[in-house]
Amino acid sequence: MSYHTLEELNKTAKDILEDLGDRISTLKNKERTAIPSQDMPVQDPFLRATNLEEVAIGYTAEQAIVEANRCLQCAKQTCVDHCPVNIAIPSFINHIAKGDFALACEVIKESSLLPAICGRVCPQEKQCQSNCMVGKALKDVDKSVAIGRLERFVADWERNNGIGKVPSVKPATGKKVAVVGSGPAGLVVAADCRREGHQVTVFEAFHKAGGVLRYGIPEFRLPNEIIDHEIENLKAMGVELKTNFVVGRTRKLTDLIDKDGYDAVFVGTGAGLPVFMGLEGENLVGVFSANEYLTRANLMMAYDKEHTDTPIYPSVNVAVLGGGNVAMDAARMAKRLGAENVYVVYRRTENEMPARNEEILHAKEEGIEFRFLQNPKRIVGNEASRVTGMECLRYELGEPDESGRRKPVEIKGSEFILNVDTVIVAIGNGSNPLISQTTANLSVNRRGNIVVDETQATSINKIFAGGDIVLGAATVILAMGEGRRAAASINKMLSEELAS
Amino acid sequence: MSQIIEKKQISSDVFLMRLEAPLIAEERQAGQFIILQVDENFGERIPLTIADASTKDGTITIIYQVVGKTTLALSQLEVGQEVEALVGPLGTPTHIHNYGKVVCVGGGIGVAPMHPIAQALKKAGNHVTIITGARNQDLLILQDEMKAIADEFIVCTDDGSVGRKCLVTEPLRELCANEATKPDMVIAIGPPIMMKFCSETTRPFGVFTQVSLNTIMVDGTGMCGGCRVNVGKEVKFVCVDGPEFDGHLVDFDNMIARLSSYKEIERTRYKCFVEKTINQKEAAL
Repeated sequence: MSYHTLEELNKTAKDILEDLGDRISTLKNKERTAIPSQDMPVQDPFLRATNLEEVAIGYTAEQAIVEANRCLQCAKQTCVDHCPVNIAIPSFINHIAKGDFALACEVIKESSLLPAICGRVCPQEKQCQSNCMVGKALKDVDKSVAIGRLERFVADWERNNGIGKVPSVKPATGKKVAVVGSGPAGLVVAADCRREGHQVTVFEAFHKAGGVLRYGIPEFRLPNEIIDHEIENLKAMGVELKTNFVVGRTRKLTDLIDKDGYDAVFVGTGAGLPVFMGLEGENLVGVFSANEYLTRANLMMAYDKEHTDTPIYPSVNVAVLGGGNVAMDAARMAKRLGAENVYVVYRRTENEMPARNEEILHAKEEGIEFRFLQNPKRIVGNEASRVTGMECLRYELGEPDESGRRKPVEIKGSEFILNVDTVIVAIGNGSNPLISQTTANLSVNRRGNIVVDETQATSINKIFAGGDIVLGAATVILAMGEGRRAAASINKMLSEELAS
Repeated sequence: MSQIIEKKQISSDVFLMRLEAPLIAEERQAGQFIILQVDENFGERIPLTIADASTKDGTITIIYQVVGKTTLALSQLEVGQEVEALVGPLGTPTHIHNYGKVVCVGGGIGVAPMHPIAQALKKAGNHVTIITGARNQDLLILQDEMKAIADEFIVCTDDGSVGRKCLVTEPLRELCANEATKPDMVIAIGPPIMMKFCSETTRPFGVFTQVSLNTIMVDGTGMCGGCRVNVGKEVKFVCVDGPEFDGHLVDFDNMIARLSSYKEIERTRYKCFVEKTINQKEAAL
């Protein structure tokens, strides 16, 4: 795909609008499907591989209107069914099509609290866009109506024009809610409980709020400015934020209820436990978990080498192990931090990679080298215990396994050394045991995930949980969905207490 | 934000600070640590052991040696000023019970984290022998405090400026070799190399030896894995599984290598900061 500038893409959109003229509101389905899907304007790949600015620039108003007019306003709304929080998608897109962005934003906000974030990081191609009739008609899911881009467009439009209203808060109820963790699940619970008039305190272990949105997802995919904006909104609603507070250590979970008088607690501590591969040499200097690498780069701002005290390893040749979005983030970050060669080493092929297509494409454009059907055997170091290489094995695809994917089979004697000084392990996260180990009677499953019922209630009275600590490593939107459900349960419980 | 209530220079480059932290003071137990940042935006997160705490005043005491930019910047703060971020107490507390005869070996700045542990071991009914060591007399800290706890108190310096002229491992070996004084447990805290050799000293005698590790950390809650060490056949995280481990199982060589991960960068940043400080002082004159 050749690169087109924002100006070029916007001109194309303008031409389409001019062409369609007044007919636009009365187009037949066939004509709508014929409108070309609008590409997301992005920064030039050569430039962006050396800066931290956001890769995707966002639709122009003209592009958004053109894209919105591709929507067929189906009677059977499969997009809504496939949205974890059931946003009224055709409705908000209809408002965009008519140029009423403010109304479009209001519709989204009825269901989703953080559209600027979800519009950026949701895997829409697996959710709302997966069953879009336009994509089906064109036999290409990538040609579905770009619901995520439209969602992002209206959210950015609202923020940039400063017209977003702070949600109204009901009169004080005198009830106190503690939210543990300020990631996507926690932020939603905080907002939803605060709206009902409860006093809400969010506890965050780090010095800055946002959880994985802050420490994990890089600036070039989700700018901090957007997280800051959402946190400021919560504060404006009257939510109290306590950073540098590790629930389980600074205060026991149950002490929040027993000693500090909270009437309900939500645990949304995420999936913060890096998984390593158990390889020989994995503790050499130069081997990092993706969590550590990204936290240093994002939260601790190690990319700003001039101002920041937190060091980041000076890498020249980097191997990233794994094939998910976190692996893509780590690889692209390593490139931006100055690595000359970055390899993503993955045991299967591109088809099996769990990362979003868009992220894989962006990584390729930025010069990340993908090494499919290869897997590390051991990491090799020098006398100073620093990484000097990684011994890999080549694989080929064999018979399908129980997941239906063709199983990679090792090719005997195919060992070779990949010349790297840094290895970043991005093969997933387990659940952090800090809360469960310090809380008696909190039920967890054998993976360490907190067990909840359909109302997100845990085994301990008044304590609810949601997000990755319940789901295992999942997505931002699923965490938000769980947060929404937990908040509803908390609000119901507290209103019943108030009524009795 | 945490206000500095008291500041004392206790040896050439070692400082004691009492910080306002009522919740940490209430929850902390012997062996636990905090992570602090001098500057919340650009500062690095460094782990420091809690040397003491007062629930009455709502303060904790930290003792640190100036070794790099962050500790130097911290030492330049004065009473009334604030440390921007302070989080804790972190880590698994020391397992305190009555072992019988225990020997506490504190080397250099390691005497600071040893203090609350020795105190707790004494309180639990142990016969406590304390060995403190440093290069010279000036670098010995908390001597009166440790003496007050100890049933037996042994001081070693490399240059013999005070106490015995030897390494801490020498009296430790003597204690282990004598059936009458052979310890039931040894705990050693100090520079990695000292802990390594204390562990090697006790190994032939089969004396259980606990060490307290201070590795590179980012979050301190088990999320990043930067602090991982080989302990026997397992990989452990110092921040949540530790900081204390069986010294006979710790792979000290790997740990020492990992501690040097960022040495070059750290050295450059320290040098730049020292120069900047000097320039500022000169400009002020």
